[in-house]
Amino acid sequence: MPAAPGRNAIEVRSVSKLFGTGEAQVAALDNVSVAIRENEFFTLLGPSGCGKTTLLRLIAGFDYPTEGEILLYGQDIAPLPPFKRPVNTVFQSYALFPHMTVGQNIGFGLEMLGKPKAEVEARVSAMLKLVRMEALKDRRTSQISGGQQQRVALARALAPQPKVLLLDEPLSALDYKLRKEMQIELKRLQNETGITFIFVTHDQEEALTMSDRIAVMSSGRILQVGSPWDIYDRPAERFVADFIGDSNFLPAAVGAIENGIARVKLLSGAEISATVAEGYQPKAEATVAIRPEHTTAVRTGGQLPGSVENVVYLGTDTHIHIKLDSGGNFTVRQQNMRSQSCGFEVGERVGIQIAANAAQVLKD
Amino acid sequence: MTSAAEIVTQVERDDVRARWLLSAPALLIIFFAAIGPLFVMLAYSVMVKGDYGDVRFGELSLDGWFSVLFQRDIFDDTIGLADAHLSIFWRSVKLSLITTLVTLALGFPTAYFIATRPPHTREVWVFLVTIPFWTNLLIRTFAMQEVIRNEGILNTLMIRLGVIDQPIQLMYTDAAILFGMVYVYLPLMVLPLYASMEKLDFRLVEAGYDLYATRLRVLWRIIIPLVRPGIVAGSILVFIPSLGAYVIPRVLGGGKSMMLGNLIELQFGAGRNWPLGAAISITLMAMVMLALLVYVRNAARSGAQHG
Repeated sequence: MPAAPGRNAIEVRSVSKLFGTGEAQVAALDNVSVAIRENEFFTLLGPSGCGKTTLLRLIAGFDYPTEGEILLYGQDIAPLPPFKRPVNTVFQSYALFPHMTVGQNIGFGLEMLGKPKAEVEARVSAMLKLVRMEALKDRRTSQISGGQQQRVALARALAPQPKVLLLDEPLSALDYKLRKEMQIELKRLQNETGITFIFVTHDQEEALTMSDRIAVMSSGRILQVGSPWDIYDRPAERFVADFIGDSNFLPAAVGAIENGIARVKLLSGAEISATVAEGYQPKAEATVAIRPEHTTAVRTGGQLPGSVENVVYLGTDTHIHIKLDSGGNFTVRQQNMRSQSCGFEVGERVGIQIAANAAQVLKD
Repeated sequence: MTSAAEIVTQVERDDVRARWLLSAPALLIIFFAAIGPLFVMLAYSVMVKGDYGDVRFGELSLDGWFSVLFQRDIFDDTIGLADAHLSIFWRSVKLSLITTLVTLALGFPTAYFIATRPPHTREVWVFLVTIPFWTNLLIRTFAMQEVIRNEGILNTLMIRLGVIDQPIQLMYTDAAILFGMVYVYLPLMVLPLYASMEKLDFRLVEAGYDLYATRLRVLWRIIIPLVRPGIVAGSILVFIPSLGAYVIPRVLGGGKSMMLGNLIELQFGAGRNWPLGAAISITLMAMVMLALLVYVRNAARSGAQHG
């Protein structure tokens, strides 16, 4: 699908959604703004109750925003009913029609759009081929497996060629192996169809592997939008750093900043270099986040002294939990080698070596 | 000494006897309360009628069955169709069908409304639907009469409002019976419909909207097919008692608009023709069986769909 890069497929402008009235009123979405580009695999990531599904339902048209606008290619769709929006949804429970066959399910949208029978037939066949389900066209939806139902739900939503496809935690009901397979499958489908995907999940791994960009949500707000790399390596807030992957948080004083790198003084007195967001000003009391895999435990030297509290062997790597002399805990993650064990004993004195620029100063 | 084989046969025999003994109470009830009376009715329908009601035992005749549909002319003994009976049959079937359709049209939105309320409120609505059952049918029917009679609430109100000059004659018409039956049988339609709709997955409705189906199309293509078992059950529950209705046509239809129930009562009462009454009763039962057959077949089909 040729398109000017960077065109916005969906633009959410200052959208709020309130549920209930009076005292019991809760804001499921609190002044949310986000732009989703054409042909993008965009993920809304957050814990349950963060508002990600509410935002998806507003885009689909099942609910209407209390305030704000939702633009689809520049046109405000917020007041339109769902059947007038060129947007289709893959539901968490799949919501396949139990009284129809696989083929009838896939053709339903096209039929409702008033397409001629021959066209519907051709498109259903093409869709079945796309999701590799040709043999099951005349089966009832209750006669196929969960993974197959998932594919039918995808084919049904893709058949009318929507401008945007919404996916509401579609993989959560599948087992691990199947989920991995479907992640690759989804990415392939997105590449082949060129449709903008908006994917909702609480699974950080799913979000990191599939997305072009991710929006991390919490308590009805979007905390950070960026590429998987941005989100993982440059978390803006403590919540983001904590929710995605593991992080060590240390209190620190932020000194001189140059080219996005700050000199940061830790409680132990050691000075390390840390990345900061644009426009950040030096500050006496701040927090830095450090990923466990960007640090190593050493017997001599290191910026942070402490003693080993626990050693956890995890196959691919080993987690070393360390009690810091300056107070607090720190986790170091070291890749295991076949030839040698990590060799630390509980109670042993160690130093923590932090790689250059491995720390990120958090906004507070 | 008894051989092992003998012990086994003895145990099996005891087992069979125990089973018969255990099921005896149920079998007795079924025989005396359900099957037995049917045979009595069948026997009465093929005997000669007594002069003052009852039958003459031992004298067999098919006159009762003959009179269900035919009659002999008093003067020239020619055989013709019993027009009076046929018109009563026709009225019964017609009014029952219309009652079923009207209760379906009124009950469907009602059930849908209840099913889409929050779970706690639903119970209150279902409770409200069942309130009419607390009052005796006869009393409710007389109350109905108070509403629709010439000097009743409805006519008085319409005359006061200037909608009409003369009261509309509703009592003793088919419309009055219809009115009464719709009122009385409506809950029997609403409850099974609600039971079906409560199980309906409303995400399927959302999926329908999402796939460009308008509200009307979602209703036809998704909701109605999925709640069909409820529609069939409700229709049967309304149609069967309507067909045999007695009190409502008696009070609201008077002697002018009779239904099958009244015709049967007439044969056992003033008509003194018990064989005919028995024959019509069995005919009514056959009609009900036919309706049930349709129901079972439909339910089986829709059941297979949801597998």
